[in-house]
Amino acid sequence: MPLLTYRDALNEAMREEMARDDRVFLMGEEVAEYDGAYKVSRGLLKEFGPLRVVDTPIAELGFAGIGVGAAMVGLRPIIEFMTWNFALLAIDQIVNSAAKMRYMSGGQVGCPIVFRGPGGSALQLAAQHSQSFESWYAHIPGLKVLTPGTPADAKGLLKSAIRDDDPVVFIEGEMLYNVKGEVPEGEHLVPIGKADVKRAGSDVTLVCYSKTVTVALKAADQLAAEGINAEVVDLRTIRPMDTETVLNSVGRTHRCVVVEEGWSFAGVGAQVVDVIQQYAFDELDAPVLRVTGADVQMPYNKQLERAAKADPAKVIAAVKRVLYLA
Amino acid sequence: MAGSRASSRAKGAARGPEPSASSEQCLTYLRQMKLIRHFEDKAGEAYSLGKVGGFCHLYIGQEAVAVGSMAALRSDDYITASYRDHGHALARGLTARSVMAELFGKATGCSHGKGGSMHLFDASLGFLGGHGIVGGHIPLTAGMAFAAKYRKTDQVAVCFFGEAAVNIGSFHETLNMAALWKLPAVFIVENNGYGMGTALARASSKLDLAHRAYSYEMTEEVVDGQDVFTVRSAVDRAVERARLESLPTLLEMRTYRYVGHSMSDAAHGTYRTKEEVEEFRQRDPIKLLEAHMVAAKMIDEAGLKALDEQVVAEVEDAVTFAEESPDPAPEALWTDVLAGGQ
Ligand SMILES: Cc1ncc(C[n+]2csc(CCOP(=O)(O)OP(=O)(O)O)c2C)c(N)n1
Ligand SMILES: [Mg+2]
Repeated sequence: MPLLTYRDALNEAMREEMARDDRVFLMGEEVAEYDGAYKVSRGLLKEFGPLRVVDTPIAELGFAGIGVGAAMVGLRPIIEFMTWNFALLAIDQIVNSAAKMRYMSGGQVGCPIVFRGPGGSALQLAAQHSQSFESWYAHIPGLKVLTPGTPADAKGLLKSAIRDDDPVVFIEGEMLYNVKGEVPEGEHLVPIGKADVKRAGSDVTLVCYSKTVTVALKAADQLAAEGINAEVVDLRTIRPMDTETVLNSVGRTHRCVVVEEGWSFAGVGAQVVDVIQQYAFDELDAPVLRVTGADVQMPYNKQLERAAKADPAKVIAAVKRVLYLA
Repeated sequence: MAGSRASSRAKGAARGPEPSASSEQCLTYLRQMKLIRHFEDKAGEAYSLGKVGGFCHLYIGQEAVAVGSMAALRSDDYITASYRDHGHALARGLTARSVMAELFGKATGCSHGKGGSMHLFDASLGFLGGHGIVGGHIPLTAGMAFAAKYRKTDQVAVCFFGEAAVNIGSFHETLNMAALWKLPAVFIVENNGYGMGTALARASSKLDLAHRAYSYEMTEEVVDGQDVFTVRSAVDRAVERARLESLPTLLEMRTYRYVGHSMSDAAHGTYRTKEEVEEFRQRDPIKLLEAHMVAAKMIDEAGLKALDEQVVAEVEDAVTFAEESPDPAPEALWTDVLAGGQ
């Protein structure tokens, strides 16, 4: 299998889908002539031309809405946000237009659109450029929310998202773009709504997604050295959530730690915990714990920033608590 | 004093050439405007009786804008409107039955009872919604125009919105991109003088709203929105510009709403006077057209009476239909959430 960066995997997904379906186009800031602020769209302008790879002014609300309108009449837009921090300016169109259209039209008008771009914490970008918003979008009926953690999943999920008939919020890990991984050749689709057991184990379940997949896998490696076998469940899709895979795993391990980058309050992990307490209450040998970003604005200083982020050490500490080893 | 505000608002607005519309065309305009007027009266009544819920914004006074504009469009063009959308839907050809049933929340409504007064849809007529967020549908319409251009069809996308929307970001972002990308769109501001209780002069640093197009190198026109012929010809020009040259236009229609902002707002008393409303009623779009048609001997008293009876019967039938229609099935709660059902 070829080794690709997460960035190039996303690029391949868009290239293949644009070649496959001429209703697909890419629109956003710096996606065309600049080749993408994070170079995810490198080469696409050259290959597909300016009708299908469209540079926009800095007008998130406007171009998100233009994408939704185009989707309402049958095109399949990919709207790139330079980062999800800036999508806050467009959230009205994502929530009030894209997510609502099918329902409030009584099923007449769908909205097959992908909103994508990098999210999650970055490196020393401080409070406004280093945040996780997946729980905001996952709250909304009518949206699907995807958060791939590996190059293979990035490619396979983006291809599925582009082919999906509903609006998809696709949050890429800003810190993952340079990560390399094996990506299956040819038609590689990852189904929306399917979690993936990234590592099998029997002592504790680590639920994670996006960048925390790496964090959980590192923690699992270190725990293995201490004789603790952690199972790593990568949600991949936040909504619709694959609760079956989570519950199956917890049914075997009887212990669980949820690892997420975002803030704890009303975060994705809270939803996971709710599912577990409802459907696997009797399976639990310990309360489910969450490792989250610190409940503060992201600081600039490197040491403070490190302290604010979920990391393997915090995961290991939580695992030891659910195993009553600490 | 009397007449000053109404006439000064109409002044500066382009009056069309002497109307050359055929008597058949005039009759269509008149029937549609009367239908909307009467439909709105009955919708208001049904609201007061508790048969229509939620917010309900009537279009009374503004009929010439929707009717004159729709007449300029082709059946495959795209249309969006704000929440004040009953008139646009009827003028586009949605039946009184399907619109009234939607207001009543019934399964037979144009949005199957899931949209209500503010969200009328009929995709088969290119009527892509009443939208409830001020300004929210302006970029959507540009997106439809973008799609037409992308596919190299010569469809046009037309957006109706209130004058309060010209102060919101999505209006400016969209006008810029529509002009920059030469999108075949027509943006129609219905300047009825008020956004809820806020008079234009209390919300806008510049009163000539059409001039906002100057910032974007977009063609603009101020139009007397009470005169259906003037509306028609202005929209004709804008649509032709969109269809043939792929260029957008901003049209400011000077109009007035006679009734409150929504059913919970009195027609006058707080932010405007009874006298002002009376003054604007003097230039009633229906009366203006009737006067023209009578003078041109296109219709007589008996003809007008017959027309009134027709629309009364049509709306009566719509109310009965709405009343007798079933509610959506309980399962409908869970459908249309996503493409696959749930
Ligand atoms: C973004 C947003 N803010 C506030 C409202 C509440 N609201 C509904 S209608 C309205 C006034 C709009 O006036 P205008 O655009 O002139 O349209 P008109 O009602 O006169 O047709 C307001 C403030 C809203 N729907 N959307
Ligand atoms: Mg207004």
